[in-house]
Amino acid sequence: MATLFEGFTLCGLVQTSSASDSAIQGIELDGDSDHAVVTDSTRAVTLYKVSDQKPLGSWTVKQGQLLTCPAVFNFQTKEYVVVSDNKVIRVWKEEDLNLDKAFKATVSADVWRVHSAPGGELVVLFQRGAVRLLDSLLSAPQQPIEGILSEKEVIRWSTNIVAEKQHFVLFTTEQRGEHFLYVQRLNPNTLQKYRLEREDSGASPLSFSASLRDKHINLLYLYPNGCVYQSVVAVRGPVGLEGVQALPRSLRLRLPVGEGELGAASAVALDEAHVAVVGMPHPSARTGKDFLCIWNTNFQTLQAGKEMVGRIRGQVWCYLGKLFVPHGKALSVIPYECQKSSLASALGKLRHPGIAVSKSSVAIPSWNTLLHGDQPQGPTKIVDTRKSKLRRKSQSAPALTVDQVLELIKTGPVEEVRREVEALVSRGDAQDLQLSVGRLACQLVARSQVETAFYAPGALARLVQTQCLCHSMCPDLLLLALEHKDYFLCQLCLQLFPDIPEVVTCACLKTFIGVPDGDVEMVSLEPDSVSFMEGLVAAGARGGQQNGFSPPLFEDSCDPHHQPKPPQHQDKKNPTLQLEVCPVGLHKAVLLNEVLQTPYSDNLLVPHLKDLNAPQVILFLQYLQFIYLKYSQDVYTQTPVLRSPTMTQIIDWVCLLLDAHFTVLVMAPDAKGLLSNLQSFVKSQVKLFSELGKIEGSLQELHKMKPSKDISQYSIEVIELF
Amino acid sequence: MGEFKVHRVRFFDYMPTAIRAMAFNAHTERLALARMDGSVEIFNFTDHYFQEKVIPGKDSRSIESLCWVGGRLFSAGLNGEIAEYDLENLRPKYSLEAYGGPIWTIISNTQGTQLAIGCEDGTVKLFEVLEEHIQFERNLDRQKGRIISLSWHPSGTHIAAGMMDMIRVFDVPTGHAVQRLLVDRGFGGSKSRETVVWSVAFLSDHTVVSGDSAGKVQVWDGHTGTLVKTHLVTKWDVLALSVSKDESSVVAGTSEGTVIQFQFIAPTLHQQQDKEWVRTRTFKNHTHDVRALAEIETAIVSGGMDTHLVVRPLLEKFDEKSHASGLRKIHFPHVIANNINLSCAKKAGLLLFQFPGQLELWRLGDSDEHGKPGDRLPLKRKPEKLLLLKRKGEDHICCSALSSCGGWLAYSTVSSVRIYRLQTDNNNISITKVSKLPKALHSAHQLCFSSDSSKMFAASSQSSVLVIALTQSECKYVHTLKPKSGSRQPIHLMTTSGDGKWLAAANSDCEIHVYNLQKLKLHCIVPVYGSCPSAMGIHPTTNNMTVVHADQQLFEYSIVEKQYTDWSRKLQKQGLHNVWLDRDTPVTHVTFNSKNPNQVVLHDMHMFCIIDQMFIHPCPCHNGLIGFSGLFYNQMTLRSLSEQERPSHLHAFKICKTFQVSLLFLASLLDDQSLVVVERPLLAITSQLPAPVRQKKFAT
Repeated sequence: MATLFEGFTLCGLVQTSSASDSAIQGIELDGDSDHAVVTDSTRAVTLYKVSDQKPLGSWTVKQGQLLTCPAVFNFQTKEYVVVSDNKVIRVWKEEDLNLDKAFKATVSADVWRVHSAPGGELVVLFQRGAVRLLDSLLSAPQQPIEGILSEKEVIRWSTNIVAEKQHFVLFTTEQRGEHFLYVQRLNPNTLQKYRLEREDSGASPLSFSASLRDKHINLLYLYPNGCVYQSVVAVRGPVGLEGVQALPRSLRLRLPVGEGELGAASAVALDEAHVAVVGMPHPSARTGKDFLCIWNTNFQTLQAGKEMVGRIRGQVWCYLGKLFVPHGKALSVIPYECQKSSLASALGKLRHPGIAVSKSSVAIPSWNTLLHGDQPQGPTKIVDTRKSKLRRKSQSAPALTVDQVLELIKTGPVEEVRREVEALVSRGDAQDLQLSVGRLACQLVARSQVETAFYAPGALARLVQTQCLCHSMCPDLLLLALEHKDYFLCQLCLQLFPDIPEVVTCACLKTFIGVPDGDVEMVSLEPDSVSFMEGLVAAGARGGQQNGFSPPLFEDSCDPHHQPKPPQHQDKKNPTLQLEVCPVGLHKAVLLNEVLQTPYSDNLLVPHLKDLNAPQVILFLQYLQFIYLKYSQDVYTQTPVLRSPTMTQIIDWVCLLLDAHFTVLVMAPDAKGLLSNLQSFVKSQVKLFSELGKIEGSLQELHKMKPSKDISQYSIEVIELF
Repeated sequence: MGEFKVHRVRFFDYMPTAIRAMAFNAHTERLALARMDGSVEIFNFTDHYFQEKVIPGKDSRSIESLCWVGGRLFSAGLNGEIAEYDLENLRPKYSLEAYGGPIWTIISNTQGTQLAIGCEDGTVKLFEVLEEHIQFERNLDRQKGRIISLSWHPSGTHIAAGMMDMIRVFDVPTGHAVQRLLVDRGFGGSKSRETVVWSVAFLSDHTVVSGDSAGKVQVWDGHTGTLVKTHLVTKWDVLALSVSKDESSVVAGTSEGTVIQFQFIAPTLHQQQDKEWVRTRTFKNHTHDVRALAEIETAIVSGGMDTHLVVRPLLEKFDEKSHASGLRKIHFPHVIANNINLSCAKKAGLLLFQFPGQLELWRLGDSDEHGKPGDRLPLKRKPEKLLLLKRKGEDHICCSALSSCGGWLAYSTVSSVRIYRLQTDNNNISITKVSKLPKALHSAHQLCFSSDSSKMFAASSQSSVLVIALTQSECKYVHTLKPKSGSRQPIHLMTTSGDGKWLAAANSDCEIHVYNLQKLKLHCIVPVYGSCPSAMGIHPTTNNMTVVHADQQLFEYSIVEKQYTDWSRKLQKQGLHNVWLDRDTPVTHVTFNSKNPNQVVLHDMHMFCIIDQMFIHPCPCHNGLIGFSGLFYNQMTLRSLSEQERPSHLHAFKICKTFQVSLLFLASLLDDQSLVVVERPLLAITSQLPAPVRQKKFAT
């Protein structure tokens, strides 16, 4: 699990005039782990002590000059370096007060960025793609700088990485809608160019983030449609490969983007399983895209989310367990924590997927991974895409792939969609099933939301039954099912989703209580739970005559569950009779049982329970009272059913409802009898436990007495032999 | 057949002591076993694990280790002495101060020429084994810290010594330590505690196996002194190791009560050459420390704090399921049955209980009532402890006897015999020691009074029996009965006939001599049977002697006619039923029903049986014979049958297992049809043991 802790504001931000520009150019680390060097978009560099939220020093350039690159700290010389007006490199120490008096050097070409990393030298990246070490550049500032990039090619993003004493500068460029990744190695200098795979929509990546893991550089990039891809470049890659290599990618995460596309968003990898995304909508909150979320890429689950007030600029930095997010008028620092999920390691899902598993082969099992496991593949294999492409082509099965089914879902009729989904799910292998099931479900839900006439209950039910789906993967599914009154699907979701938010549980509950009995009785529900409920109701009906004695009251009400009547209309003179009849219809009761068994946390549930109105609460309480009575009757022998609400769950729900609506119930005249009954339950429970305590005491006494009683020292007995 | 009144006695709170050491003599197939109280027991593994001999303990003696040299048995203990035992007279032959402080271990080389002991002061001392004695030879290089365990390399040139935190390998000819193997300490809190190497084993390929207090069994290369393999087997101590004869298997006993087997096998099928020591099986037959272990040809023998001796057969060594392939647990020394004596005089049943340190005399309770079968009768008089007699001297009591009239009481230790005169009138009891005893009577293996209490018989050395005449004023030596065979083995069973004419004595050579007491000479020798007699009795009226052997065979011998009776011959011809033969404890008593001369009463640890010679013998050959089903039903099954069915299932062996606890003693009172049963529930013994080591169980 990952957690986002309470954040704090580091500093205020100046509002910039244009919407897209950010107020902050960059945040870099200082020699001190608690320091942050913040460069704003115009003229100032400020050094902050993060834990105290206060500035330690600030340096500005003259009016008319502009900082064009974030200030960086030189870990070797303990100096700060910044570039102003693209060409002037300034170097100063913390003691220096005035930036104008600091060391300056003008270079011959425009600088894109200066990069610094602990343990590495400072590197200057020019806008035309050339790379120089700062020291050598400053020794001869006017040296000619070659252009590497072509005319229309512009740098979008850059970073540097130090791995195994090897220094890398990575930058991505854009040229006529195509994106490239350059990997520049220093000492010896080699440059490798990769082409990023084009996204179908032709959109540009919104953000990049690079990290070093297992001697491979992992590049993570986010597209406006919510896809987070990962590409891997080997640190000890092939040297001297000419030309542009294609860079294979794998889909790590498909974020729910809500309506439209992501505008200003950014994703940064926190560790091998977690990604922090800023500027995306929260799946359970429907409006706004200004959330900071942590996702688990192995399980495709949302681990933590936080709303950021104000406009998000699609920027996020991550240093030493803290996320720096500029939003609205402030720069917030949010500490986080990612724990390795133990389930992940138990299921073996915490793996480093080989690069061969790329987009088009999602649904097809990769023979390589099947045969050789997930051994870290040699560097030659990683970029060797021709072979894997061939392999992928030869593998494609006659049946439709996930992408094809996704296309089909966009247009195809319900029946065909159901058939294809079924086929896909039944043949899909477990490894990739999770991802594809999530995509299919999202696609189906999306289409149903757009096209009101389209609704594929069969396909959705099949997808839910794979047990690969959870609520956070497809947050709209359950609500959609409720909307379409697909109670079977609702039941399945309630049974199989482990992570239904309390608000949705409550919405289900409200719908279930409110729905007329006639509507539900026609629906076919899961037979196991129905038979359980039938048994429960029948137990009461039989119970009347079981001892050869049936009170006259029972003879009046024959077949209570075939003609269920709301107890409000019941004969109020017979309170005992009222208790014996199920206050809701059979199928409705089955659905309510599912709600009872849904996991929840009571603090979160109680506020939502307040949404229920008084008649609903009373009806639900009556139902709870009914099954409580059934459970406590002697005639009811617990049949072994896989899922049935436990006594504890029933009592907990009674308590929750009373907590949420106590004043209302006290005032309502209808609830008077109910409350006094419930009070008698409590009394009987208290009595039961005190009796059990007594029995326990006596049994313990017996236990103590036993040895002395059994072994008497001497006796004379008579035996008979034959 | 009839109703019996049974006096169930459960106040004999005998407590066997923990097993400390074990040594198996593969040549004679005898197992020597030392208990904490210093007693040594000898089991004969060729004869149904029958306990042949017991050497009683002594207060000052503590045995840490046992060792066979040929047929000679040596022990060493924390009193710093080495002792050799006289297995014919059941006493220590001599003991020798080693002058090295407490001795932890004693071993001999394979040639049987030298003994080595490990001392508290850090020396390994070598002794030369001479014809009648042992003699100190020299010390190996003295080490710092005590020597806990030793193992001699089969070639005799090297000795491995387990110490604190290390193992030393000594070169025997020079006496120098040539290797120093450091043993790691345990983890966590036990890091600060020294590791005790409780046991080492030196194999012929110079592999050293060690078991230590950190719970490890480690395999070392003795040439290079390097650690080859560590098996962490327990959180507690590994106390004992034993190597099989072919060195393909090592067993280790732990404080958790488990015995863990390691085998020298190839870990994969493909590479049969690369063998290594692999942990294979775990046996859990003990609840407490396993202190002593022996791996013999077909079984693992283990014993420890919980006082049981367990013989666990290795099933892969057996081709088919048989009597020998069953697990055998020996809870009590068999001779414990001899520790109880009953006198039935004057209707007042007196019971004499013998403990190593004292004698207890009890009077049984009484009841006038009569009841239905299954009833428990109300007591008119409760049982009463009349006397507690503490022994004198350090030596433990080895045998005792109470005359049937209740007027005489005698006990013997290895050093002296004491006879007391008892007088009971109403509720007063007085005891007087007989002061002047004949010189010849200095020690006895067995004591026994004649039925009229006029004579006492004491089994002495070389199977001889001393006859002592008892009168009110004195006791006088009469005669020494000597066997003709010249056997040197001790007598372990003695019984007299009711008419006072015959005395039968059985010795460990399986010989039974019958003496004519009127003529004071040997009457006859019962034909020697291959298994040791475990119980015998002479019928009061017919003078037929019933003998039961360790292998469960049953004979009836007519003393007068000097031959087996017809019934016995018939029984042997038809063969005993398997259910009878497969019992795993020997019959320990034979008595007779005074009312019905056809009935013999016998019992073992788990059941008692009345054999009625008038009934048909249950034997497979009688299957379907007139009115008999051929099935060996016990009494419980018979009781559950209907009245009509029952007659067809009745047979001569009336086995009663009503008493599920360990049955130690059974005798029939002479006056009426009543039996006395002395029981000792195993639960009562386990409840008196110290708490076992704590083991993490689920959810505790």
